[in-house]
Amino acid sequence: MLIYTIKRALLATLVALTVSMLTFGLLHLSSDPAVALAGEDATEEDIQMVRVDYGFDKPLPVQYLAWLTKALQGDLGTSFYFNIPVSKLLQQRLPVTLTLGACSLVFAILSAVPLGVLAAMRPNTKLDRFCLTLAVSAQAMPAFWFGLMLIVVFCLWFPLLPVSGSDTWQHFVMPTIVVGTNAMPAIMRLTRTGMLDVLATDYIRTARAKGLRPKTVLLKHALRNAVIPVIAVIGVQAGYMMGGSVIIETVFGLNGLGLLAYESIMYFDLACMEAVVLLLCFVFIITTFAADIMNAWLDPRIRIG
Amino acid sequence: MTVLLEVENLTVDIPLAAGDLHAVRGVDFTVKKGETLGIVGESGCGKSITSFAIMNLLPQSAVRNSRRLVFDGQALDELSEEQLSDIRGNKMSMIFQEPMTSLNPSYTIGEQLIETLLRHRKAARREAVERAVFLLEKVGITAAASRLKQYPHQLSGGLRQRVMIAMALMCGPEMIIADEPTTALDVTIQAQILNLLAGIQSEFQMGQILITHDLGVIASVAHRVAVMYAGQFVETGSVAEVFETPMHPYTQGLLACIPIPGKTKRGSFLGSIPGKVPTLIGDQTGCSFANRCAYVKEACLLKNVPMNSIGSVRSYRCILSSEVCYQNAREAACS
Ligand SMILES: Nc1ncnc2c1ncn2[C@@H]1O[C@H](COP(=O)(O)OP(=O)(O)O)[C@@H](O)[C@H]1O
Ligand SMILES: [Mg+2]
Repeated sequence: MLIYTIKRALLATLVALTVSMLTFGLLHLSSDPAVALAGEDATEEDIQMVRVDYGFDKPLPVQYLAWLTKALQGDLGTSFYFNIPVSKLLQQRLPVTLTLGACSLVFAILSAVPLGVLAAMRPNTKLDRFCLTLAVSAQAMPAFWFGLMLIVVFCLWFPLLPVSGSDTWQHFVMPTIVVGTNAMPAIMRLTRTGMLDVLATDYIRTARAKGLRPKTVLLKHALRNAVIPVIAVIGVQAGYMMGGSVIIETVFGLNGLGLLAYESIMYFDLACMEAVVLLLCFVFIITTFAADIMNAWLDPRIRIG
Repeated sequence: MTVLLEVENLTVDIPLAAGDLHAVRGVDFTVKKGETLGIVGESGCGKSITSFAIMNLLPQSAVRNSRRLVFDGQALDELSEEQLSDIRGNKMSMIFQEPMTSLNPSYTIGEQLIETLLRHRKAARREAVERAVFLLEKVGITAAASRLKQYPHQLSGGLRQRVMIAMALMCGPEMIIADEPTTALDVTIQAQILNLLAGIQSEFQMGQILITHDLGVIASVAHRVAVMYAGQFVETGSVAEVFETPMHPYTQGLLACIPIPGKTKRGSFLGSIPGKVPTLIGDQTGCSFANRCAYVKEACLLKNVPMNSIGSVRSYRCILSSEVCYQNAREAACS
């Protein structure tokens, strides 16, 4: 298990490095940062000055290494637009996004897993079809549209919840529902097929032959094995949520990383853009890594090779 | 000896797209305390379905019917699922064909043994652990206490089957159903497991149903035998009698297929039964063995053949008279 964890951690680090390289390269090549920095009515000389000042004239690999060395020391540069260190900015914004992510994940799991189990218990019945319909509609619904619909219902028709901001827990209710609903179908369908597969196995027949109660058979013997593939998908979904937060945080004006990403792109705030994209990628890498480790820990065949 | 299990006219139908599959077509038998009934037949003839039907562990779509299904004085077909589960693993246990997949990969051997006892008895965990260790030793597993912490994937097939046997014994059942317990194992281990089962069965005086497709297995451990073909029993009797004078042409064919040490001459022709097993889907009239039978007559195809009884424990399903069958058996043995 230790060796497995180390291997996975090394792999995750490698992926992280590659991603940082790609992000850096793409963002620097996509347009000339010096032009954006120098402002609208800058002369050619001004631009050249900015270029030398910020080191944009150096070869890309050299710039990357310089940036990486600083980044590893916690210095991500200063935001052009907000005019404060990017690391400070991230410190303010990350908790909001992580809170939203955690709440949505819990919401998605709590709604998807029971529904998946129920559907698997009675396959091809009305109940099963109801769950499937729910999943398909949830998947087909664009997140921003669903978000706007919620705002119409809970802010305009029945003014129960605040429209935008991130100050109180009420502000998180609608975003959580939207993001959670988006992640729910994949988890539910995998739970259902996982349960169906497991319920048909020989060891479930053994459990029944031992006289175990249906509840024990279902929850102890079946679900435990059925969630193993589900956890991997939950890890990926958690990553997608981070990406999706750009849209949702903009819709609900949540002051998180997603909104920051939007703002920094709007103003071509290069240092900030780089940091946000990287951070979102890292969160993705970390959740996937965590899912891998949890999987291994749940499955004795991996835990004890 | 007291009768433990009585089965009369047991049928199992599995609805399929192509029509109803009659997996078991009217099976009758009894098992007494301390007795082993062997059920033998080719793969696909309905042996497993018969055993699942007794425990009500059939696939969800399967439909079970019976005139009588009485175990230990209780009519199994009248019990609720809850009441049935009180019997399963407690008074009646089952050992399956596939030891590699019959244990839950996520729980230790110990946990899977212990939970059976804790389900049916008011016992402390410590007592359950002691019982598990005692039974693992009983089934020939060394270092039993440390095995409790192991997971199924850490054990070989033979060891897993021993664990399954120990698990079946946790509550001291009155009856054990072993469905091809050695088919998936190496030949060298098969004999060990069979001897183990036979020893345990006689030590605890349990009733046992031993299902197999191997007549040799029946000869070595069963008291009585039922030969199954296409969802029906075609011959029943004591092992000695059936092996000495098989009445049904199918049994005669089966016995001709196995070499008997001392009797079969080296290099002599080993028989096999030509033809294919009929489909079990849809209704059919006439003897189901007719298409492969050497003695087939027109009458065989016209109506279903009932069981003929000779004495109290022997019966066979053939329109030929017992004298003719005896004659055929003797000729088959000589050739
Ligand atoms: N779950 C199932 N669905 C459909 N048909 C089945 C199922 N299980 C068994 N059968 C059919 O029932 C018949 C008897 O099967 P089985 O009792 O497993 O045979 P065996 O004597 O080898 O144990 C076979 O024809 C098999 O194809
Ligand atoms: Mg079978």
